[in-house]
Amino acid sequence: MNCLNVCHILGISTLLPEEISLILDTAESLKEILDRPIKKVPLLRGKTVVHLFFEPSTRTRLSFELAAKRLGADTIGISAGASSVKKGETLIDTVRNIEAMRPDVIVIRHPYSGTPYLLTQYVKSAVINAGDGINEHPSQALLDVFTVREHLGHIEGLKVAILGDILHSRVAHSDILAFTKMGAEVVVSGPGTMLPPRQSQVLGARVVLRTEEAIEDADVIIALRIQRERQDQSLIPSIREYATFFGLWPERLRLARPGVLIMHPGPINRGVEMAPEVADGPYSVILDQVTNGVAVRMALLALLFKKGE
Amino acid sequence: MRPLLFTNARIIDPGQDWDFLGRLLVENGIIAAVGQSLEVPEDARTIDLKGKWLVPGLIDIHVHLREPGEEYKETIETGTAAAAAGGFTAVACMANTRPVNDSAGITKFILERAREVAKTRVYPIAAVTVGQRGEQLTEFGDLLSAGAVAFSDDGLPLGARMMRHALEYAKSFDALIISHSEELELSEGGLMNEGRISIELGLKGIPAAAEEVAVFRDVTLAGLTGGRLHIAHVSTKGSVEIIRQAKARGIKVTAETAPHYFSITEEAVIGYNTSAKMNPPLRTEADRVAIIEGIRDGTIDVIATDHAPHSTIEKECEFQLAANGIIGLETSVPLSLNLVRSGHISASQLVRCMSSSPSQILGVAGGSLTPGSPADISVIDSDQTFILTLESLHSMSHNSPFLGKELQGRAILTLIDGRPIYDPEGIASPHQDPL
Ligand SMILES: [Zn+2]
Repeated sequence: MNCLNVCHILGISTLLPEEISLILDTAESLKEILDRPIKKVPLLRGKTVVHLFFEPSTRTRLSFELAAKRLGADTIGISAGASSVKKGETLIDTVRNIEAMRPDVIVIRHPYSGTPYLLTQYVKSAVINAGDGINEHPSQALLDVFTVREHLGHIEGLKVAILGDILHSRVAHSDILAFTKMGAEVVVSGPGTMLPPRQSQVLGARVVLRTEEAIEDADVIIALRIQRERQDQSLIPSIREYATFFGLWPERLRLARPGVLIMHPGPINRGVEMAPEVADGPYSVILDQVTNGVAVRMALLALLFKKGE
Repeated sequence: MRPLLFTNARIIDPGQDWDFLGRLLVENGIIAAVGQSLEVPEDARTIDLKGKWLVPGLIDIHVHLREPGEEYKETIETGTAAAAAGGFTAVACMANTRPVNDSAGITKFILERAREVAKTRVYPIAAVTVGQRGEQLTEFGDLLSAGAVAFSDDGLPLGARMMRHALEYAKSFDALIISHSEELELSEGGLMNEGRISIELGLKGIPAAAEEVAVFRDVTLAGLTGGRLHIAHVSTKGSVEIIRQAKARGIKVTAETAPHYFSITEEAVIGYNTSAKMNPPLRTEADRVAIIEGIRDGTIDVIATDHAPHSTIEKECEFQLAANGIIGLETSVPLSLNLVRSGHISASQLVRCMSSSPSQILGVAGGSLTPGSPADISVIDSDQTFILTLESLHSMSHNSPFLGKELQGRAILTLIDGRPIYDPEGIASPHQDPL
């Protein structure tokens, strides 16, 4: 395979394993550009990428913008509130206006699940989902898989533990789908309020109640960011208690395989999702994730343009 | 008007235990005679139904007509035209208009408009509380005098204390309380049924328990107070079981479901299909099967549509922002006939759920073909297939998950007081006939 089947990157759920491999291979060859003194190739010269963010984001947006610029595309960023509907303009109106400016790719982040999918019904441009509600965050999952493959050489047969708010995390959803599609065994755990009720499986991952059981013999541990407002929603009693019983501490880490990779989608709450010494420890690849994010997003743009031609 | 003689009609009336091929005579707007061979007036026009169903006019106990206040979605005129086309001779309209039907003035307005423009009979359901705000009971006595037939805050469920008081106060008038049973604390923010698919789509779920704890609460309060309770749009297996047990204990409770709950499941939401967004949400296959069993064994008394028109403004948008509800008046007959075709219920049971029981529960006329009753009649061709298209709909809105689907069975003639209100083939009203 040297071309994507899909015309949009809406979620990992719509990608075949071969497509994921193609994206990873492409990212690998593009990553080399990032180490050059002049970090730019003219692959997408004359093309326009619109970044449409209905939710505050610094990291993902920066990463997407950098990826587009490294490939020579023109970029436009638009920030809007999802509530702009209240001002009378609907999302569909907004998007039709943007479409009239003939962009080639629209990268969208939106607080409501399924919005990127809705977009594809109204625009001709390729659409990349940069995170929709509690649904998916495909580029994050792809960069996570890329990072693991880079460090461990393969994905198949690995045990990947994902810890935290599994139910309300788009990163968790996309990670589970991506790692299982690539042949890993995924185990998820977190407080009972953050796991699907009475289900032993979620999206192909095994659900366990004890953090230790998830960590045991894990090759990779992904700790999800805990949103502080979850306290107010009575999902957890306190951040402190979460840290104590569900966080990654050095003694817990001993249950995992030696050399276990520690990952986090960022931004990290030090001392909550994991101890500072874990985040900064020898097996933490958290900063590699950030670098790889640019390479993976370059790959997505490059492959969508190739598909469009 | 000349008398009408229907011959070769499959006459179904569960109240009389009738399901036979025979004749029915309509004279002066009244059902004059029913039988195998009748004495027929000379000037009667004979209509050979060739075995098609002739049933008491269907009655929909749960519709939203949107007038007054949201006439861009539906009006009393268009909503009742849709009803007539769906085989209904009467509809009961919910109180969530703008303004809310919480006073005799609004009830009278609705009835006045209905007299002017409605195709079918219209029975207003008044709000239980002023402005549907859940704080203060409406004037039940005054509203009933004005023509209201029942009380419901529908989509804005009552708190436990208010439900108790409503059931108690309603007893003074032998009035009916219709409950949209939903525990809001459990459903808050939910967009579809909670389960595997809600996770796959990343949509916050509404657990079956949000309905079931409220149904249990409401039947318990009906037991406590002795008030008459009707549970609207039952959607889960657990609710069916709770109502079954309540009935066995002698609690005065009746229940309805809607065709979508026994026809499709939560899978219809896949693709963020806003035409499958409703409250209560479409549930699982196990729920669907349990709803059918509830209809079969009589736990569920009524098939109502919860006809909820919305314009494209409310439906062509992000799933999260889309309004709840679908239209149902023009799809209820074919979808409900599926239960007869599949052998789950008899034709007579179907007519009971769609006509006799609704009339008894609301205490309104109709639901029977007994000679002497008003000639409110639906003629149904149970075999005819058709594709539901935008053009075919009489409703102003077209928010239906069945759009574009092939359906089987439809009303071909609807009469009120012997007068055709829907007769697309001109069966009962050929132009040569002088009025
Ligand atoms: Zn309701």
